[in-house]
Amino acid sequence: MTEFFQSSLGMGWGWFVANVILILLIALPVMLSVAIVIYIDRKIWAAVALRRGPNVVGPFGILQSFADALKVFLQETIIPSGANKGLFLIAPIITFTVALLAWAVIPFDQGMVLADINVGLLYILAISSLGVYGVVVAGWASNSKYPFFSALRAAAQMISYEVSIGFIIVTVVLWAGTFNMTSIVEAQQGHGLGIINAFGFNLLLFPMAVMFLISSLAETARAPFDLTEAESELVAGYQTEYSSMAFALFWLGEYANVLLMCTLNAVLFWGGWLPPVDWAPLYAIPGIFWLILKIAAFFFIFSWVKATVPRYRYDQLMRLGWKVFLPISLLWIFLVSGYLMLTRYGI
Amino acid sequence: MIQIFAFYLFASVVIASGAFTILARNPVHSVLWLILAFFNAAGLMILIGAEFIAMLLVIVYVGAVAVLFLFVVMMLDIDFAELRGGFMKNLPLGLALAAVFLAELVFGIGAYRAGNIELGEHALNPARMGASNIQAVGELLYTRYVFLFEMAGLVLLVAMVGAIALTHRKRAGVRPQNIGSQVRRRPEEATRNMQPVVGEGVEL
Repeated sequence: MTEFFQSSLGMGWGWFVANVILILLIALPVMLSVAIVIYIDRKIWAAVALRRGPNVVGPFGILQSFADALKVFLQETIIPSGANKGLFLIAPIITFTVALLAWAVIPFDQGMVLADINVGLLYILAISSLGVYGVVVAGWASNSKYPFFSALRAAAQMISYEVSIGFIIVTVVLWAGTFNMTSIVEAQQGHGLGIINAFGFNLLLFPMAVMFLISSLAETARAPFDLTEAESELVAGYQTEYSSMAFALFWLGEYANVLLMCTLNAVLFWGGWLPPVDWAPLYAIPGIFWLILKIAAFFFIFSWVKATVPRYRYDQLMRLGWKVFLPISLLWIFLVSGYLMLTRYGI
Repeated sequence: MIQIFAFYLFASVVIASGAFTILARNPVHSVLWLILAFFNAAGLMILIGAEFIAMLLVIVYVGAVAVLFLFVVMMLDIDFAELRGGFMKNLPLGLALAAVFLAELVFGIGAYRAGNIELGEHALNPARMGASNIQAVGELLYTRYVFLFEMAGLVLLVAMVGAIALTHRKRAGVRPQNIGSQVRRRPEEATRNMQPVVGEGVEL
């Protein structure tokens, strides 16, 4: 597509127009799927609780998210008089922007990636480490007790789990031999016994896949680690003082982050766009279909966990991050690199 | 063309946010300006083709160091009047530091103009041309500079152990949770099934 625009508009402008279109082609479907995913989340949650969930707006209530968006859009933005106005308004924008930024390096299919950079995985780590600023700045700028507690919790929680996520990613990178997302997916082709396309079926990497799933729950502050917005203690956490579109941006950003983490689970451990089994007829189905299927499966796990697991206490959360995940993932780097040194690289 | 535009964009934002870091009245604002400066410095790194350094800058400084900074500064209750009162007292020291930095800058640029320093092994630089950033850094770091690298690791380890040793203290009267024993506990050990005689109660 870039070539088409470059031939008709010249090098510079053609590149610019093509990239704007590509960005929109990623961002708009992501936003649309966020709306759908919020509906699905509520439906699954309702089903587990033996309720009906949203069922009034549209067939099966499928338009509920859009109705909510419209309602929120028409509401008044209330800024508390004691708040730090500039930062108060910037915070939701940070959360929302950062949630969309990371999608630039996600490969949706062979060659279907906006920026195929060779530090792709580091880019995702960098962007996801920025996500905490939205929460921290919101909590501080609100100038209110509960959001402030929430901000402190968010800062400590996200730093703790980023450490173990980093180490888990290192094991994948060691096995794939690259930081490039596309190459990581390609390295998984026929990985398990020559027929299964996933790192997750590797006995050495499977524990890392489970830990990555749990860490991604903590990183996105989803239940059971949603201590930043624990409604029984902190009202609504950092969102307490927010209303209208500012609140909606937090919501959208949060769910876009959840989708991103589902995608990362699929890409890093379960074969990305590759079909589950390395069998020629399955490749006839477009890769993006398999990726979406995997994302949906992981999102189901996310909402299943949310509906069934009680919330952790804060000290338990910290214990899990620092005393369980960190040592285990460090040990696993040792194991994986030792195994690779003996087998692949022959000492 | 676009590189020049990007360079001046990043560079001017770095300088402006650096200035605001020291000019901002509110320390939290200072830290946020500092973060913006880090972020744009990462942009400059990308422009010179050091994408690995750029990502590390964002991950380490923006993602971890600055968050902890913000964490601490947010909780401080700072008396601004007192802070500004110290301005005149610290002014001579600040001016002296500024003079030293300026002299170093002028000296550095002058030395650079005079030509490169040959650090002995310039011609033997083993970094492969055309290798990606990570490969080039890794090949140098784990072969030629492996002892320096490990020494840096040791220094960090000592600093970490020192920080823990300084701040860790044993408190009396604390009953820490033992998760293992809690999970292992069975109803038979924790409860008793009694059939008390009416009017006598249970001995605990």
